[in-house]
Amino acid sequence: MAELTKPEPIVLVNSEEEWLEEQVRRSVWVTSWDKVIDLVDKLYNWGRRNSVWPMGFGLACCAIEMICTSASRFDISRFGMELFRASPRQADLMIVAGTVTKKMVPSIVRLYNQMAEPKYVLAMGACATAGGPFKEGYNVVSGVDKFLPVDVYVPGCPPTPQALLYGLMQLQAKIDHQSIRDVRWYKSGEADGIPEPVLGPDIFDPRRAEEINDLTAHPEKLQARALKIQTKLEHKAEKLAEEKKEAASKPAAAAPKPPEPPKT
Amino acid sequence: MAVTEPVAPAVVKPTTTNDPQSIADQIKAKYPDAVESLSAQGIVIRRDRLPDVARFLRDSPALSFDYLNNLTSVDYPDRFEVVYHLSSISRGGAPIALKVNVNRENPTVSSLVPVYRGADFQEREVYDMMGIRFAGHPNLRRILMWEGFEGYPLRKNYHEPYYEEEHKPFGTRWDQGHHVIAEDRNPWHDNVQYPPDLDATTYKPPRDEIRTAGIENVSVTKLRTDKIVLNIGPQHPSTHGVLRLKTTIDGETIVAVEPVLGYLHRNHEKIGERNTFLQNMPYTDRLDYFTSMANNHAYAIAVEKLMGVKVPERAEYIRVIMVELTRVIAHMSLLGFLYNDLGAFYTPLLYGLEERELVLDLFESVAGSRMMCNYMRFGGVARDLPEGWLDRCQYLVDERLPRVLDEMGNYLIGNEVFRARTKNVGILPRDLAINYSTAGPVLRGSGVKYDVRRAEPYSIYDRFDFDIPVGTNGDVYDRFMMRFWETQQSLRILKQALKQIPAGEIMTGKKNYQVRVPKGEAYGRGENPKGELGFYLVSDGSPNPYRYHVRAPSFINLGTLNEMAVGHKIADLIVILGSYDVVMGEVDR
Ligand code: SF4
Repeated sequence: MAELTKPEPIVLVNSEEEWLEEQVRRSVWVTSWDKVIDLVDKLYNWGRRNSVWPMGFGLACCAIEMICTSASRFDISRFGMELFRASPRQADLMIVAGTVTKKMVPSIVRLYNQMAEPKYVLAMGACATAGGPFKEGYNVVSGVDKFLPVDVYVPGCPPTPQALLYGLMQLQAKIDHQSIRDVRWYKSGEADGIPEPVLGPDIFDPRRAEEINDLTAHPEKLQARALKIQTKLEHKAEKLAEEKKEAASKPAAAAPKPPEPPKT
Repeated sequence: MAVTEPVAPAVVKPTTTNDPQSIADQIKAKYPDAVESLSAQGIVIRRDRLPDVARFLRDSPALSFDYLNNLTSVDYPDRFEVVYHLSSISRGGAPIALKVNVNRENPTVSSLVPVYRGADFQEREVYDMMGIRFAGHPNLRRILMWEGFEGYPLRKNYHEPYYEEEHKPFGTRWDQGHHVIAEDRNPWHDNVQYPPDLDATTYKPPRDEIRTAGIENVSVTKLRTDKIVLNIGPQHPSTHGVLRLKTTIDGETIVAVEPVLGYLHRNHEKIGERNTFLQNMPYTDRLDYFTSMANNHAYAIAVEKLMGVKVPERAEYIRVIMVELTRVIAHMSLLGFLYNDLGAFYTPLLYGLEERELVLDLFESVAGSRMMCNYMRFGGVARDLPEGWLDRCQYLVDERLPRVLDEMGNYLIGNEVFRARTKNVGILPRDLAINYSTAGPVLRGSGVKYDVRRAEPYSIYDRFDFDIPVGTNGDVYDRFMMRFWETQQSLRILKQALKQIPAGEIMTGKKNYQVRVPKGEAYGRGENPKGELGFYLVSDGSPNPYRYHVRAPSFINLGTLNEMAVGHKIADLIVILGSYDVVMGEVDR
């Protein structure tokens, strides 16, 4: 915007061409294409950042704190985000509030696919971030980012409403830095949804099907991929064995040496 | 519709106590070969005699064990054991334990669903988690995991993908920095494991698990409505979490409802058996995340039963105050949530949540966390009350909460639309409520005067003067009113407790990060806002529980949904579901 040409004093013109040039200079706003886009970006992002509509979708305990955030004390509507939509079609932001279980994750992926672009994902709490206190469970997904692209992580178990609001402010900052030049939803070509994971004997991502087949067929390959971790007990036992060996080898090493005859 | 009169409880003179010896004698008198052995831990019944014995215990007027508290199973090295806890509604007292031994090779027991319908979901859970089959069960399918899942997770030889060691604290995470994240330990670098014969490229999941809103029995003759299967959930604004209802409807009328659970199954029990006893305390917070203090209390009671510790006076009072405050805020929020389901979007709820915030501030100042308090310890509580806390609490209890409750009552109860939509909707008759093992406001709403605080007084509840309100019809309106009346009673208890609380110790013995729990087993329970929350613990003398089972009231209450909803319209289903006040964290665990 800063590049607008300043109005200049009226000058007399000599030829028609000069006159035309003068007219163009005066009434046409000359700027660069980039600048226009910057301007549009600013307006566009300003509008988007102040009306992020989350999807009303609670998974577990964190959802209660999400409700508290939207209630009177913390008042999420200060950010223009109070409209929790029940339908993914109307939502911009998926707040994954709670433990993502294997049984639930196909539905979550489907909901994400149903949301219209631009869409964002906020992982609220330890569970949605990485599995949280239930990480070792056989039905728990270690973080929603195993399946969805996450924009903001909010730590805590549960995060306080203040923390969630801070996370939302971070999301606003992220929106501020986006530009219509390179956002994915204005790129040409069809965007494919994320394939829904399949609930088989255990959950699997269809994109990894080939890899899974390959590895289950070759157990030795699979074995090689796991890190062998010593437990404390194993470590102790190994140490003991080593010490024993040392102790055993010491006299053996000492034995061949004939005792020095005492010098007289 | 005819208004069902409350059935007066049959006056049964307590001829029997719940003493296992005398009960075993009576069983022997009827079925001489039925009792295998008897101990303080329970009566072991011969497997083929189980339904007879159960029927006898239920129907004999002197015994009248008409209520199945809890049903679970334990995996011992040489056998499985199915455990039934029974009690009598009219007599009260501690439940008795019946046990049945099942061999490991072909684990089958006959189902108790014909005797106690409350066994339905619990038997399915045992089947799902332990792989014990129940002969004669009408619908024996997996309930928490999905159909097609490999393995029975609660068996001791089942190892989850991130398995490290049998018990915590894990030796692999030792102090010299040898800890490696769980993903690196697993060859798939993820929380998964596959059987070697899986062909992932062509795998098709079993048909039932694909969500199909299909049409059943299509017969396009004249103009008439066909039955349609409609899926509500697992993501739906009014299912209170990730619950899915497979509803068969005829037009708008409900023909059958089947809750599909497990979308929040977080493996509470498996993790609980790896944890030490104390490490489970924060996990209980996350069962019913609205009422963490009450969960703590019930768990502490169960472990204290095993340990035999006495809790100091002051700690008992602090516990009661915390639990009753929890009850107040849980019920007050429900008054709003039910209105939410009726279409009064959010406004009444905001009243409840406003008060909840004030109480949460109190919790935060004693426990350090708003929601997940993790406040109680075995033999006391974690911290003493900070200065001025009692005054703040006193103000809330004496002035603010009763005033707001009255105000909410004035606005909400008299509302014409509310009455029209809740009266005579979702009726649960008294005998069904007992037979289905419902608990808490659902049971009492049907006119059964049964409250664990009175039936088996724990902690110091016998010192307080309070009433147990009961409903008359067992409809949604009654269940709503139960919440209202119970909140009033809780405020009554709180007033007395705040007056009587003494100074003194808050913990027996010194603080320990690991407690010694003697060998044995115990079923400890407390009256949670949602109903009877029970913990069944088996200890083998090590720092970790050998078996850790949670009797979740919301889970068992949900078993009556079909009974209540059939014949009503779809919109009523949402209200009926709301009147349970289900919390999925507790349903699925
Ligand atoms: S992070 Fe904590 S509070 Fe949130 S869902 Fe997980 S366990 Fe519950």
